[in-house]
Amino acid sequence: MREYLEKNYLNEETTIKSWLFTVDHKRIGLMYLFAIMFFFAVGGFLALMMRLELLTPAGGDILDKNTYNVFYTLHGAIMIFMFIIPSVPAAMGNIIMPIMLGTKDVAFPRLNLASWYVYVVGSSIGIFSIISGGVDTGWTFYTPYSSSTDTAVISMTFAVLVLGFSSIFTGINFIVTIHKMRAPGITWFSMPLFVWSLYATALIQILATPVIAVTMLLLIMERTFQVGIFDPAMGGDPVLFQHFFWFYSHPAVYIMILPGMGIISELISTFSKKKIFGYTYIAASTMAIALFGFLVWGHHMFTSQSEFAALIFSIITYLTALPSGVKIFNWLATLYKAKISYEAPMLYAINFLLLFAIGGLTGIFLGTLSVDIMLHDTYFVVAHFHYVMMGGTVIAFLGGLHYWWPKIWGRMYSEKWARISAILIFFGFNLTFIPQFIMGSLGMPRRYWQYDGLVNTDIFHFYHQLSTLGSWFIAVSFIIMLVYLVHSIKYGKVAGSNPWGALTLEWQTPSPAPAHNFLEEPKITHGPYDYDKVEVERTID
Amino acid sequence: MSKETTPYFQHHFVDPEQQYESSKLGMWAFLVTEVLTFAGFFCAYAIYRMWNPEMFINAHKALDVTMGATNTVVLITSSLTMALAIRYVQVNKPKVALVHLILTFLFACTFLVIKYFEYEHKFHCGHLPGALYNPHVYPDCIPIEGNNPHVFFSIYFMMTGLHGIHVIAGMVLILWLIFRTHKGHFTSAYYTPVEMVGLFWHLVDLIWIYLFPLLYLIG
Repeated sequence: MREYLEKNYLNEETTIKSWLFTVDHKRIGLMYLFAIMFFFAVGGFLALMMRLELLTPAGGDILDKNTYNVFYTLHGAIMIFMFIIPSVPAAMGNIIMPIMLGTKDVAFPRLNLASWYVYVVGSSIGIFSIISGGVDTGWTFYTPYSSSTDTAVISMTFAVLVLGFSSIFTGINFIVTIHKMRAPGITWFSMPLFVWSLYATALIQILATPVIAVTMLLLIMERTFQVGIFDPAMGGDPVLFQHFFWFYSHPAVYIMILPGMGIISELISTFSKKKIFGYTYIAASTMAIALFGFLVWGHHMFTSQSEFAALIFSIITYLTALPSGVKIFNWLATLYKAKISYEAPMLYAINFLLLFAIGGLTGIFLGTLSVDIMLHDTYFVVAHFHYVMMGGTVIAFLGGLHYWWPKIWGRMYSEKWARISAILIFFGFNLTFIPQFIMGSLGMPRRYWQYDGLVNTDIFHFYHQLSTLGSWFIAVSFIIMLVYLVHSIKYGKVAGSNPWGALTLEWQTPSPAPAHNFLEEPKITHGPYDYDKVEVERTID
Repeated sequence: MSKETTPYFQHHFVDPEQQYESSKLGMWAFLVTEVLTFAGFFCAYAIYRMWNPEMFINAHKALDVTMGATNTVVLITSSLTMALAIRYVQVNKPKVALVHLILTFLFACTFLVIKYFEYEHKFHCGHLPGALYNPHVYPDCIPIEGNNPHVFFSIYFMMTGLHGIHVIAGMVLILWLIFRTHKGHFTSAYYTPVEMVGLFWHLVDLIWIYLFPLLYLIG
């Protein structure tokens, strides 16, 4: 059954107005996808420029020192608040999750559209702050520097506040959809694991995001009226800012990684054609990570709290490794003795397993108090963070993008180029960030514009060169990806309803899906991973 | 909520019951975010009161307990009229419900008027947040001793100010309900918006019930 649904959600109406006022979750998800990819490109460009600047130990090759500060701040703020946080939930989740649950739409379609507009407004304010000089505080906006620097802190923090609302809207929508809108026959424990991960994410979104909103509001107040909450000169407490900030921003790390883990569960089961090992444990570990996520914010502040508090936070941080480990081992057990087909989405899943394992394990180093004394504020932290966020979330996002691409557009991309680009990213990523681990452990501080005259400058120079070289490999593979993906929208082979032979519900409807997701009411005849009971034919060769 | 369809039934739900249940869960989830928003301020309040206990006690004397208490009564009563309005829609008495919605709106206005006079007095005395703090030596203004009294007024103005913004938002929503009730949109078969705004209004009331003792009654 290899056909292309002639009248589908993409072409049922084609006016610009029909897109701007759509309440279809698939169209909204697609609009999110375009928006976040734009910001991913902007953030990536900033990263490339910084890496070029670090090619030589001297400062001022292509960026002056203030520009460099602005670039790393914007790279962080854009990538986190405008790309990663909405990437998997608001883009991929929006498109796929309601179909997975066999429903026509999310619970509140207009709120869903509103969330996209709020996102666009928030991002526009962010762009305004870039145009009006940018911000040089780092993406964490620590006081008292952020309450005294004369850069555009107010507009950037206001942008973060507004983006938070968009995130909350998505969270509320997903929670209600998952609770109330599941098709008859889909129980909590027969939902796809991707939906579980979106559920845990949505809980964090509504529980943590309001706190960043208050924090940003207080920071704006501090700058406008010197209210004396965060500014020590006015009787305030800068450490309170750190507590508030990390009370959101640590759980936010799980807003970023959990949906990625959900994608990996789908990919691994589909491409090894095996029932996922330990479904209940993966679902439970998802919820456990969400819970632990709220209890470890203090490990970002080991130096600004009592030793006893640091000790407690260090112990709980160790505990978070357990549910992550549960996931990794369940995935490996699923792969054990399976007939794995190594197509592009699966290559990303394997990328994820390797890179996330490195990212997760180096996190334990940083959670260890004595080791952290040496490693904090070095490139080790930068590398750890990128292994988890880029090697984890971004790689999982790309896996999901390739996996669901035929569902979104009804056409296949070039498998050959997709594999080349996936392997190139893996190579480039490690070339970029392994040197950063080494440099960090040798003491190269983060956020330095130039590193001339240090004891280890020669060694650092060598590793920075490798790292910059790697960053260009990543850039090239993204350009390749852009070309073959865009090409496939028009010229790709027709994919058919189920190119991977997968069992979750989104593959039982034509590609691209019709406007209300299903041509007839979906029938639930098997669980999402019952590969031992059901055999499904793939609609591509 | 019955299974019969209403003109307000949205096609992506299976039945009106599912629609109603979804709205309610969504509203509760939203209220959770509201509570957490205020939680940040309550946390800041707790820390600065712990740091400057004496200043807090001195500064709170500048607040007018009578006005605060009156406002508490006004808001609690408005919560009652709001709850009654929901009840009267449920039993198909939209006209009585309309009266109660109008009463709720008037109580909200009363709250804001009283709040205006309180704020006015703070401006008069120069008891203002942060850098604007500039106490005058007028006979009707008490001097405040202790460290950083401007922090108390920062917290006072930000908390009551954010709460006041919520009161105004609630008033806009109640006006919308008055309009729709007047048009005859709500019956025992469909009253979701009335109940949702009711939930929001109770939260606004509840937050004030915490603000009042923490700011006015700590002596």
